[in-house]
This record gives sequence, C-alpha cells and structure tokens, in this order.
Amino acid sequence: MRIALFATCIVDAMYPETAKSTVKILERLGHEVIFPKAQACCGQMHMNSGYMPEALPVVENHINAFDTEDYDVAVAPSGSCVASVKHQHPFLAERLGKPELKERAKAVGARTYELTQLLVDVLGITNAAEQLGSYFPETITYHPSCHGMRSLGLGDRQLDLLKTVGGITVNELPEADQCCGFGGTFSIKNADVSSAMLEDKVKNICSTGASACSGGDASCLMHIGGGLSRTGAKPKTLHLADILASTMEETVSL
Amino acid sequence: MTQVFLGMPAGGQGNLFEQEPFPKAAHRELGNTQMRKNLRHATHSIRDKRLKVVGELPDWEALRNAGSTIKNNSMATLEERLLEFEKNFTARGGVVHWARDADEANKIVTDLVRGTGATEVVKVKSMATQEIGLNEHLESEGIDAFETDLAELIVQLGQDKPSHILVPAIHKNRTEVRDIFLKEMPVVDPNLTDEPAKLAEAARAHLRKKFLAAKVAISGANFALADTGTLGVVESEGNGRMCLTLPETLITVMGIEKVLPHWEDVEVFMQLLPRSSTGERMNPYTSLWTGVTEDDGPQNVHIVLLDNGRTRALADRFGRTALNCIRCSACMNVCPVYERTGGHAYGSTYPGPIGAILSPLLTGIEVEENGSLPYASSLCGACYEACPVKINIPEILVHLRGEDVDAKREKHKLPTQMDLLMKGGSWALGKGKNIGLLEKALPLGRLAAGKDKKIKKLPGIAAGWTKSRDIPAPPNKSFRDWWSDEKESK
Amino acid sequence: MSAKDEILGRIRTALADTPVTEEVPREYRTTSTMSQEQLIELLVDRLVDYKAGVEVIEAEQIPEFVASKLKDASSVVYPQGLDARWLSALGSEVELRLDAPGARLSVAELDATSAVVTSSAVSVAESGTIILDGQPDQGRRAISLVPDHHVCIVPVSTIVQLLPEAMPRLSITRPLTWISGPSATSDIELERVEGVHGPRTLDVLMVRGL
Repeated sequence: MRIALFATCIVDAMYPETAKSTVKILERLGHEVIFPKAQACCGQMHMNSGYMPEALPVVENHINAFDTEDYDVAVAPSGSCVASVKHQHPFLAERLGKPELKERAKAVGARTYELTQLLVDVLGITNAAEQLGSYFPETITYHPSCHGMRSLGLGDRQLDLLKTVGGITVNELPEADQCCGFGGTFSIKNADVSSAMLEDKVKNICSTGASACSGGDASCLMHIGGGLSRTGAKPKTLHLADILASTMEETVSL
Repeated sequence: MTQVFLGMPAGGQGNLFEQEPFPKAAHRELGNTQMRKNLRHATHSIRDKRLKVVGELPDWEALRNAGSTIKNNSMATLEERLLEFEKNFTARGGVVHWARDADEANKIVTDLVRGTGATEVVKVKSMATQEIGLNEHLESEGIDAFETDLAELIVQLGQDKPSHILVPAIHKNRTEVRDIFLKEMPVVDPNLTDEPAKLAEAARAHLRKKFLAAKVAISGANFALADTGTLGVVESEGNGRMCLTLPETLITVMGIEKVLPHWEDVEVFMQLLPRSSTGERMNPYTSLWTGVTEDDGPQNVHIVLLDNGRTRALADRFGRTALNCIRCSACMNVCPVYERTGGHAYGSTYPGPIGAILSPLLTGIEVEENGSLPYASSLCGACYEACPVKINIPEILVHLRGEDVDAKREKHKLPTQMDLLMKGGSWALGKGKNIGLLEKALPLGRLAAGKDKKIKKLPGIAAGWTKSRDIPAPPNKSFRDWWSDEKESK
Repeated sequence: MSAKDEILGRIRTALADTPVTEEVPREYRTTSTMSQEQLIELLVDRLVDYKAGVEVIEAEQIPEFVASKLKDASSVVYPQGLDARWLSALGSEVELRLDAPGARLSVAELDATSAVVTSSAVSVAESGTIILDGQPDQGRRAISLVPDHHVCIVPVSTIVQLLPEAMPRLSITRPLTWISGPSATSDIELERVEGVHGPRTLDVLMVRGL
C-alpha cells in the first residue's frame, strides 16, 4: 500500500522520532510511505480557540495537501489530529458556508487513519511482537487520550497492541479514562483547572510504578511529561509508535 | 455563520449569568478542599452507578437515537407543538400563560398566587423557576416560597446557592447538612446524626405540615405531551406528589423546549432519564396529569410557557440542539472540570458542560459575563458520550468560542496576545513551507532550554503553561528536514 | 403584541432555515422475550432492590396477606372500586375508611390514617415500576400518597417486561402515578436512602389467578 504520512505539526517540530517510528513500522510491513510536503497542521488549535477565519487557511492547506490520488490511505500518530480531520474539518466548512470544501474534507477524512486504527483494522496487526518485531523491555502504563478514545472510538486498540510488545510489562493506569487536562489553549486559558487535572493524572501514573507512560497523542504526552518533569517524578513519556518501532536490535531507551 | 437574530428577548433573564470570568471563579473554588472532596466522592459514585444501569440495557444506543431524533423533530416543529399542547391542555380545564422572559414569568406567577389569596406556596424542584429567580421575586412581593426537595431545602435553609441541577446541595456532605438542619430548622432533634436516613426523616417532619396545609403549589415539568396536553414530573421523595396532588391550585413553569410531540415518546425518555441522572433503573415517583381531573388533585391548574432566551438558542443552527437537554445532569457528573470547580464557578443556574453552552446560548454570547463559559472545557468529550440525547457538547463549545471571538473582534480595537498568536499561527501553519521555515529555528529553542533540556518559564499568556509544566527542549532537526535529508536525497 | 404572538413569531424567525424532521428510529425493544414466571422473578428482584416488601401469592391468599401486612395498622383507607373481600381478614380493631365520590376523606383524615390498600393498572418488570392510573380500584392520588404505608396489589397478568409494552395499556390523560419503591432520595452525597415524604413502607402483593 502507498501510505501518506500526516506527521502533525507537533510531532514534526517537537517529536520527529515519533514520525520516524511511524515510517519504520509501516516500511517494516512492506508498505511505501510518502510525506506530502505541503502539509502543516490540522488547524485544531485555531478552531478550538474559536479563531475560525484564521483556521480556514490551515484547514484548506491540509485538504489541498491530502486531497490527491497519490496515495491509498493517510495515517497520523495522533487520535486528536485525525479526529479533527474527520469531524472538525467538515464542521468548519459547514459553519463558514463552504459546501464544496465540506465534501472534500469528508473525502480526506474518510481516507485518514490514526496509527493503531490502520494497524489493527486495515493491516490486521494483532500481535506487535510477532508481526512487527516490537520489543521494549520496560514497565509502562498507558493513558488513552480523549479524542482517540471518544471521537474515534479506538476502544482498546492501542492498549491491546502495547500489551503484545515483546518484553513489555503494562501496568493498568487508575482512572485512565480521565482527561489529562491538556485541551490545547485550555491549558493556558484555564491553567488552574488544567493543572488540577494534570496533578491527578501525574499522581495516578506514579502510583503504577511504571518507568514510562505511553499514549497515542504527542500533545497529551507533552502535557503529562511536562507535569512529571516539573514535579521531579521518575516516569518518562513515550509515544506508542516509538514503542512499537523498538526492536531487539534497535531498542529504544527511555 | 449564525444569522443575526432580530427577536431578541429584552428585559431581565434571571439567573443565567456569570458574575465573574470562569477562570477567576474556578481559581477560588479550586481552593475549597472540602467541596472538592465532597464532589469527587459524589460524582465518582454516580458515574459507576450510571454505567451499571446503562450497561443493563442492550438497546441503550437505540434509545439515545430515538430520544435525539424526537427532540430534534420537536424543536423543528416547535410552534405547532406548542399550539397543539395549548389546545389540549386548555380543553382539559388547564390555563396556559406565555412569558417572554424571567420578569414576565415572575409577574404572571405572582398575580396567580395573589389571586388565590395565599401568602405562601410549596415548591417542587424546578430548574425553570430557579432560572427566573422566582423565589426571590415572590419573597420581594411578600409571598413565602418553601422548597420541598431535600437538596433544595438544604440550599434554602443554608442560604446557599445550588451547584448542580439534580442535586443542588452536592457540594455539601452529610455532616455539613446535619449542621445546617440543627442550626436552621425551628423544630429539630438536637441529637440528630448525620446518617442520610435520619436527615431525610428530619426533612419529612419539617415539611409535613406545610404539605398538608398548602393551598398553592408551584412546579416545573420534565415534559409536556403535545398530542394529549399532559404534563409530567419525575422525582424521588414524594414531595412532588404532595405538591401536585394536595393543593387546590397548581402553577407549573416550563421552558417551551420541554414539549414532546407524542405521548408514546414518554417510553423513550423515561428509560433515558432516570438511568442517566440518579443511576437508577427508575426514579421512585413519576406523576403525569392532564389539565384538571374532577375530584382528584388541584382544580385550578396553570402553566406558564417560558421563552427567556430559548428562541434565541433555537435561532443558532449550530447550537440549537442544546435545547434537547432533559436536565439529567449526566454531563456534569462525568465532567473533569465540573468535578474540580463545582457548579458555583459557572455562575448560572445551569452549571457543567451543558451550562457552558446553554447559558451563553440563552443570553447571547456577546453578554460579556458568559463569554468565558465555552472555554471552561478541555473538550475531552466525556459529556457527549454520556448525554442520553446525544447533544454534541464539545462541538457546540467550539462553535460558541468562534462566536465569542467574532463578537470580541468587533469590540476590541487592539488585538490581544491570543489574537496575535492565532494570526501568526494561521500564517505559520497555513503552508508546509512556512512551518518548514520556522522549524529552521528549532536549535534556538534548545539554547533557551539550557543544560537540563527543559524550558521552565515562558512569557505572556504562555506563562499559564509553565506554571505547572516544563516544555522539553526541541530537537535539532524537524521531521520534515530529516525526511528531505534522509529520504529524498537518497 | 401578546407574549404568545411574540414568542411564536420568534420561533418562526429562529427556524427560518426550516430544519427538517426525520422519521423517529424506534429500534429499541418493544416486545417481551420473557415468560410470566421470568417476569415475576424480575419484578420481585427490582422491587426488593428498591427496599419494597414483596410477596408472590394466590388470589385466595389476598385477605390473609393484607391482614398480615397491616397487623400494626389502626386504620386503613381503601378506594371504592377495591374488592372489599380483600380486607375481610383485617382485625376488628382496624378501622376501615372508604374513600368514595361524594364521601372524600380530608387531607387531615388521610394523614391520621395508618395505611392504604389499592390495586394497580400495569407493572414494568425491567424497571420495577408499578403504575396507578386512577381507576376505581386504585382511587384518587391522595389516598395512596398521604398514609405512610401502601399495600399494593399487582395481578401477575398485568406485569410486562418493558416500558413500551406498558404504554398502550394506559389511558394517558388520567392522572398517572408511577411507583418504583417507597419514597427515597439521592440528595445527600448521591446515595439512595429510602423513606422521605411519600409512603415510607411499600408492600407489594403479586397475585396469581386474579
């Protein structure tokens, strides 16, 4: 399959390793990965902050970059950005009275998958150790990010895949389904509430005794990681793509 | 974009407003550790109960789909539904009144009570009368209104404000409730314990005489059935039955959005509502009445149909589904923001996720006080998942943020920091080559991070982030550049 | 302009985009899959969960069970349409008070009455709900409300599994009271406790062969 990588702005700029991991996993399975260079961002920050006219060029850019016949499916290592592409892009187009853009947005959305959605639902991966050679000899816990869990309905896809990584121990995170408090500019506009939510998340992660908290969204992990780092807590954060890409030969270190 | 709405309700809208911006109110409430403990306990126990009873129904999603469609249809044909209800309710001996806003509704009710000669009324919990501030108004007119729902009683006796739509005293624990009873009830056992059953018994004793002697009762309604003219009240304690049955005069105040097209629709909502709200298979008591029944219950029966901003919300085609709300409170029970700030932080009668959309929809987002409400959410989506009528609260929150930014754009001459950030971001993220250009500066960020590779302090509005979180040092090279160097050059 | 005209005008303006109505997808369950014995068992389970007293008995046992439930009562009110034989085993010390058209008990008299016996119209097993619709064997609403103890007869033939099955059996415009256990509240810490303003004791006699 020819797979277009939608790296997402935060991974592109801040966590390039996660995008490389995504490429590695897919190439390991024998697929061809392309990176449409016109891509930049899904525009979620603008939309969620209420800046709709400012979001429009960002959304249009994404649709222009991905509304091509050049690939079979698009994939992103993010539940949140994929949910934005699938749900928010058509909504913005509708809201701004652009029916043509809405149709194009829906078409792009229909071909865009979150990484584990693609791996499990399309590529039939159920055992990471066997099918991807994944190996990661650490004890981790896992935070299911809200948009992946609720907007995309990922269910246990991410957790189940992580559990099948070779050498791994996955400790259950108490109150896992509770938001970490990131919410984009919510973390700035309502910093106090956001911090109170983060505090509980950090506490719960530390209670698992894991050396890392994994998840499917770099943004939430940056938020959680920022809280862990500030409180001097031991656990690190690591995107699940990096864990799935880790192998016996090239083991990712924390 | 939402059309400009011309028929704007004028005059007093009652208790629908923030007194201060949400972040400020939230900051204060977050410091109330006892309240946070109480709320955490209550919301967590109700979450589990709700999941259990919802999980019992194999057709829960089918019920949600039906409930959502029935409500949408009702809103789409609201004029016909209301006229049909009026015709049927009137034919059965009821009297229908219409109120444009809170002030008008308060006046209608006051005049009706006066007409009976009564100087006191008993009340069964009603969001609509809370919204319009009826009790305060009656009091100013020399009429005593006695709340009879246990939680409302706790709030009224404690001279407090409701903080939850189902359990208005959710922010109080049993010991605090006992203390209020001991202090405020004229006749009370001084050895009253904080056992909930004993507290319920004290409330029974306190209100019994009031019920038996009441001449006038005021209620809300959970639904009105257009094709039969029937009203329904869903409750637990029997205080509702007392109010709806014993007095001679019954005055119901109900928002116009509560009307359902067909009486069979009750079968959908009476499955959705109790399980979503108290986490019970069914609430202890539900009463339905159609106008006046000879020889049974009140013989003077009135309803006040209340607009108070509902038509304004209806005009917003991206926000109107907020009117589908059946006031179950599931959204606030699952909300991580509500759990930590409590209901008082939202100012309005309607707190939590539904309040964050409903209040500004009813008043208009341009009302400064309510402009901060749509931001009171991390958009985690737990509310949408729990909503029995599938109101897409996160989407409406985002829509209202858009309305707020647009409204402020017109007001402010100078752009705010956020405006500038978003404008800059729009350019930077609007083209692959623009973000690519900026990413060339990533090594500068590494310099800012220093030795321990953490950025600990940011200026301006971003300081909110670094108050409690570090930012990692950025990488040397973006993925985009790595791709160019490693993949394309080979 | 009247408030009514103005509000209706606002509604028309608000709906200028003429949103469409859709066929309601009623794909939820509307027919029972249970035998009568299963229905009885389910209803018993639900009512017990609500802390109601429940007995499953034969028709001829009604007087005996009514008497045993009301052994501590000093007075009992009953509606005119109730089968008077059901009260025949009550002790002579129990005062029987008939509530009939033209001879209504006052609220104060009801308050001074220990208990009430009524029949019921239909019961929903899945939610443990007994519905009274004001027929002569159930009486007006006040009599099943003010006395602190309610003994309610539920003929097993009136039990359905699902709420949608109960709806066609109701005359919706009569005053309806749906009862799911004795009065209760969840207002303190969202925990349910039984016994507030409505009858604090609910005894349900589920009767076969009635």
